[in-house]
Amino acid sequence: MRQDVAVLGAGMHPWGKWGRGFVEYGVAAAHAALADAGLDWRDIGSIVGADTVRGGYPGYVAGATFARALGWQGARVASVYAACASGAQAVNTARAQILSGLSDVVLVVGADAAPKGFFRPAGGDRPEDPDWLRFRVLGATNPTYFGLYARRRMAVHGDTPEDFAQVKVKNSAVGALNPNARYRSRVTADEVAASAVVADPLRLLDICATSDGGAALVLSSMEFARRHGAPRPVRIRAVSTVTPRYPSTVLDLPDIATDSAVAVEPAAETFRTSIASAAYEEAGLGPGDLSLAEVYDLSTALELQWYEDLGLCGQGEGAKLLREGETALGGRIPVNVSGGLASFGEAVPAQAIAQVCELTWQLRGDAGERQVAGAQVGITANQGLFGHGSAVIAVR
Amino acid sequence: MSRTRTPVVARWFAGEGDEFKLLGTRCTACTSVFFPREDAHCRNPGCPGGELLEVPLSRRGRVWSYTDTRYRPPSPYVTDPELPWEPYALIAVELEPERMVVLGQAAPGITVADLAVGMEVEVVSGVLPASAETTWNWRPTGVRA
Repeated sequence: MRQDVAVLGAGMHPWGKWGRGFVEYGVAAAHAALADAGLDWRDIGSIVGADTVRGGYPGYVAGATFARALGWQGARVASVYAACASGAQAVNTARAQILSGLSDVVLVVGADAAPKGFFRPAGGDRPEDPDWLRFRVLGATNPTYFGLYARRRMAVHGDTPEDFAQVKVKNSAVGALNPNARYRSRVTADEVAASAVVADPLRLLDICATSDGGAALVLSSMEFARRHGAPRPVRIRAVSTVTPRYPSTVLDLPDIATDSAVAVEPAAETFRTSIASAAYEEAGLGPGDLSLAEVYDLSTALELQWYEDLGLCGQGEGAKLLREGETALGGRIPVNVSGGLASFGEAVPAQAIAQVCELTWQLRGDAGERQVAGAQVGITANQGLFGHGSAVIAVR
Repeated sequence: MSRTRTPVVARWFAGEGDEFKLLGTRCTACTSVFFPREDAHCRNPGCPGGELLEVPLSRRGRVWSYTDTRYRPPSPYVTDPELPWEPYALIAVELEPERMVVLGQAAPGITVADLAVGMEVEVVSGVLPASAETTWNWRPTGVRA
């Protein structure tokens, strides 16, 4: 299958700690995306919401919650939960409806009002839930996993905490140029080094914050886009939503142990690598075709891992690519020119959608001071709890 | 201190002293090992599905990676808010015979400064701070409590 869907509109509510409900952020983002598309909400045939996880129903029924707030108009509705990959799966749900002919034009919305501090599992005693167990038995927070990956990279590839800090320096420099980012000031390596250790070897400024925020997209069939007077829109060419392959041999959130490899030899490519390669295969493109990438820099060290897993460089060469300036704005393959999660923080159901918003603006040439010159092809990559992987490839 | 302690999770570990061990399960059809234990279905997609038998895991392995917890983890981890937070190390350990990595808290007194990737560690019984439930700890070999 090689069929594109059009991105007619993209919109966000700025990230921050605003102290309001997620519905308000989602509706603001939806209005911005509709205005960008030049469409009225009543023109939309279907709405897909990426779910937040909060007690009570509204967060779990995001599609209908946003539809009600925008004003009931009879649209088809879906809600999607896939942890950090929720937004990408919402995009994929919209795309499937468009390509199957169920809907011509779909609004995708994700928004969150994140709690302060560490993410934690929903309440109650749930000893069957691996996410509950890793907290209850080990006190293993998300940053402890990021710390494990970072220490492993130091031991295997020779990365240093100074390398990790340079990811923050790079991303904060572009985040300072992004009006939707939560953090709008440049950070120095000395400031990273002076911040408190959270999970050795990672410091506070190596780890992304939790934030409020919202993002939305208006997607349509290519035929609808032509009729609507957008003959050459940014197009989504691939959405990968893969799971790992047994045995998954890299310790990953929220697991306490990896699969055993005694019975089955592990595949040559890791889960994270397979997320990107599935998208490349679907798009008929490769890493050499990319103009930019938006990846989940939950930690600075994790961004370096994505360079390798996206095929931007060989395994173990991520820090070298960074040091050479290739992933900075103006380099060969700029990564996280939005400022990344380093500048935005996590608003879980919104962030994979926000990545596609950034690709859209970049591919249109509308990204202002953070524009990647001549951007033609972009990829997003992220990974959600419980074995959700996703990557989106967009082209102009 | 209470003399009766319950395990933080039932049937994940057993024994005392040098006999302490983690318990997993092994599929009789494909030999896959699972920890935490799988008792219902083998998760190897190519396996016709065998019986899952309880097996002890190797007591020794090598450090795959490690980190620590400088801030108090949220609930459901049990902590005493009256006491100052004491960070503990977490160690991910590669078990060669099982070809798997198992995470656990480091034994009391072991900090990240004592650890290195590749170092040999062994599993020992431990107590979850503030909860008094029993658990497993990883401790560099040659270190005695």
